Amino acid sequence: MMQSLALSVALLACGSVIMAAIVAPMLQHQQNIQRALLCGLLGLTGLLACAAGFSGLMNDGGNIILPLGLPWLPMHLRVDMLGAFFLLVIGVLVFPVAIYSYGYLKHEQRLTPLAIFLPLFVLGMMGVVLADDAFSFMIFWELMSVSSYFLVTHEHQYIENRKAGFIYLLMAHMAGLLIMGSFATIYASTGSFEFAAMRDAEIAPLWASVAFLLAGFGFGTKAGVVPMHGWLPDAHPVAPSNVSALMSGIMLKVAIFGFIRITWDLMGSGDFQWWWGALVLAAGSSSAISGVLMALQQHDLKRLLAYHSIENIGIILIALGLAMLLAEAEYPTLAALGLIAALYHTINHALFKGLLFMGAGAVLHSTGSRNMEAMGGLIHRMPWTAALFLVACISISALPPFNGFVSEWLIFQTALMAPQLDGTLLTAMVPFSAAMLALAGALAATCFVKVFGVVFLGHARSACAAEAKEVDVWMKLGMAIPALCCLLLGVLPALFIPLLDRVPYTLLGTSLLSTLASGSGSAGQTSTALSWLWLTPIGAAHASYSAPIILLGMLVLGGLVFWWLHPKGIVIRRSKMWSCGNPHTHARMQYNATSFSQPLRRIFWDVYQPEEHEHAERRQHKLLTTRVRYVVHVSDMAVKHLYQPIGRFTLWIAKALRHEHQRDIHAYLAYTFATILFLLAAFT
Amino acid sequence: MSSMMAQQIIDGLAALTLLISFALLAQHRMLSVLHWFAAQGLLLAITAAVVAYSSGEHELYISAIMTLLLKGLLLPWMLWRVIRELHVHREVEPLLNSGVTMVIAVAVTLFSFHVIQPIQVTADLVTHNSMAIATACVLLSMLMMITRKKAITQVIGFLAVENSLFFAAIGATNGMPLVVEIGIAFDVLIAALIFGLFFFQIRDTFDSMEIDTMNASLVHKDDDE
Repeated sequence: MMQSLALSVALLACGSVIMAAIVAPMLQHQQNIQRALLCGLLGLTGLLACAAGFSGLMNDGGNIILPLGLPWLPMHLRVDMLGAFFLLVIGVLVFPVAIYSYGYLKHEQRLTPLAIFLPLFVLGMMGVVLADDAFSFMIFWELMSVSSYFLVTHEHQYIENRKAGFIYLLMAHMAGLLIMGSFATIYASTGSFEFAAMRDAEIAPLWASVAFLLAGFGFGTKAGVVPMHGWLPDAHPVAPSNVSALMSGIMLKVAIFGFIRITWDLMGSGDFQWWWGALVLAAGSSSAISGVLMALQQHDLKRLLAYHSIENIGIILIALGLAMLLAEAEYPTLAALGLIAALYHTINHALFKGLLFMGAGAVLHSTGSRNMEAMGGLIHRMPWTAALFLVACISISALPPFNGFVSEWLIFQTALMAPQLDGTLLTAMVPFSAAMLALAGALAATCFVKVFGVVFLGHARSACAAEAKEVDVWMKLGMAIPALCCLLLGVLPALFIPLLDRVPYTLLGTSLLSTLASGSGSAGQTSTALSWLWLTPIGAAHASYSAPIILLGMLVLGGLVFWWLHPKGIVIRRSKMWSCGNPHTHARMQYNATSFSQPLRRIFWDVYQPEEHEHAERRQHKLLTTRVRYVVHVSDMAVKHLYQPIGRFTLWIAKALRHEHQRDIHAYLAYTFATILFLLAAFT
Repeated sequence: MSSMMAQQIIDGLAALTLLISFALLAQHRMLSVLHWFAAQGLLLAITAAVVAYSSGEHELYISAIMTLLLKGLLLPWMLWRVIRELHVHREVEPLLNSGVTMVIAVAVTLFSFHVIQPIQVTADLVTHNSMAIATACVLLSMLMMITRKKAITQVIGFLAVENSLFFAAIGATNGMPLVVEIGIAFDVLIAALIFGLFFFQIRDTFDSMEIDTMNASLVHKDDDE
């Protein structure tokens, strides 16, 4: 048993969150104290998790065996590099969300359920990351799933929330079952539930593939990989916004963590088969592109963000798939690059998606609506929220100088190095995935132009948008922290990557920077000499990126343009925008969410297969139109062609079997009789 | 009495028990069914006494006496009272006709002998042959519950299952501990009392003792919902 700083701090974080789960619900009658205690302890947990993550990445982690759980299987906890990184991801979002929640939950009437399940949810996620045996992993995993179900159905008075919660619970259990199957497969080869034993054991290729597939589908369901994403666009919007931020920001990442844990850590890169990486790559590409395509057609703000989570999980999987392919083809340095890109995008997505959901929550808090068609012009009434939301929009659209660009650039660098792979299928697939990634990036940018334009710019489309008020200081602070992190991770990636580089070192036995430093020529020297300024993943001859210089250039250029457009001494006349001289404009004459995405709906008509209804009221002649009503509905193809048939099939079987349930007593006795005969025959 | 002879006697009694199980399955008149059931109880008591004598376990005498009183006399008398009060004298036409039932019964008996074969080889108790017969009796009594339509015959079938299990217990282990047996005897007694009460309740509610009628009114209620 080895104690270490990282582990002690991580255990402190768990203790703090357990205390929140126990003490906060007891203060039911003092709402203010309850809220302060809940958010305070959650914030403390976030800070401690961050500290544990940093210290785990800097120094070595440790492990501990707690005398909990089954008598013959005590709870093994361990902080390793991978776990430390994901602890950091958890902490870096839990902290701002806790601050945000203090403001967001001010008018919440039923605080006690949140006070129970929010800390349990965070505890579950931290436990999954810390677990060092399959049994405690599954316990924490289920704790995470079940407590998040209660968070999703927090406003259970609405039927759609209960429905979303049910589908979520169903799919979470399916995922849990598959993951358990994966562990069981590995257990069959090792005979031990402890991860340490699983790491050492050799697994036959066939069983390794079975375990990989079970883990892939299990964690893929939880992460929302197309086509197992059915629960995600329903569950995220109906949860309270601080919860959606945590679910989308961290919980999906915990699923990614579990996938990396089983495939890279427990089975190891030596066991990889070429089609594993190809499958992950294909799943990633399809998720990325279909997520963003569906997102474009949403007008519910949080639902749109939920679809973007699917897209970003896809991007992470593209990087992971590339890394797996490269690791299998014995290019450890490039595989390390891919893994770093995946992890970098993981923390980036946690930050900007958390920020986006918090922004959406702020908008929902002020306007009382999630419908984008009812918003508009919020930048005048909620300038802080607008500015912070814009930061997240730029980040998720993968534009410099923010963090989204860095990670996607790293993924592209990996993909560009992949032609070294052999096999025609792979050489065709990798550029295709890269193209999908590029398309997804462009479409994401389009989508967030739409979001920001429709929600924050223009004129208010409804009374509630016109009377919106800026949120309080806690919510602003909660959003400002991830925004700042987005900028820092975008501008100083070269400082952060050495920290990340320790993860592939433990998983692959090689790290990116050590191979680069020992590499020949001036390229290596430049990258070490000006390491904070230039990000040079492979070599200066290939590609390098300097975020600080880009930022400086953007500031200078922006300043010059501003100075040129606004010279001193000229009075600016302000008038109604886009009115074309017509004084009688109406808010409904603006572009709205549906009309903005109309061109893409045309281009991808075959993919969407939208249902359009146009209805015009006329007075006798077709030129005398009084009112035109246009309704378009884009439904999720996976729901239509996969989930509904499965649902119908299940119902059909249930109906067919229902008849067998309503027989008379003789039939039941005969069933019993036949069962006894069968058991007697089978077990002798 | 040598152990050889004890075994002969027990095997003979076991064969008689099996015969009674077949008779229960074949009979349609209520009173005959009841007589055969009482005879089975009597046989059980004798078997218990013989096993007690041959194995020297005196506790088994007590359970033999209990069996005689309870299964040979009390339960048949209670059921006879029910039959007389409710005027159920004949079983209606069973679900399967007697010929088919008998064929199935023979098949089930063969099957249980086949199943018990591996156990018989290893068992060294005097009673080891009776295991297969006891299993066959359990299955035959279940078969009786499946094929009959009157609630009373089903209850007799249920009690016959219990009888066969008791027989299996004597055969396999020289009898269970006395405490357990007293407990089971009381359970059966209470069950019989409750069944008796139920019969009257059922007649009042459904005006019939046939299970199909009860089902019909239940299904009818389902349809109304």
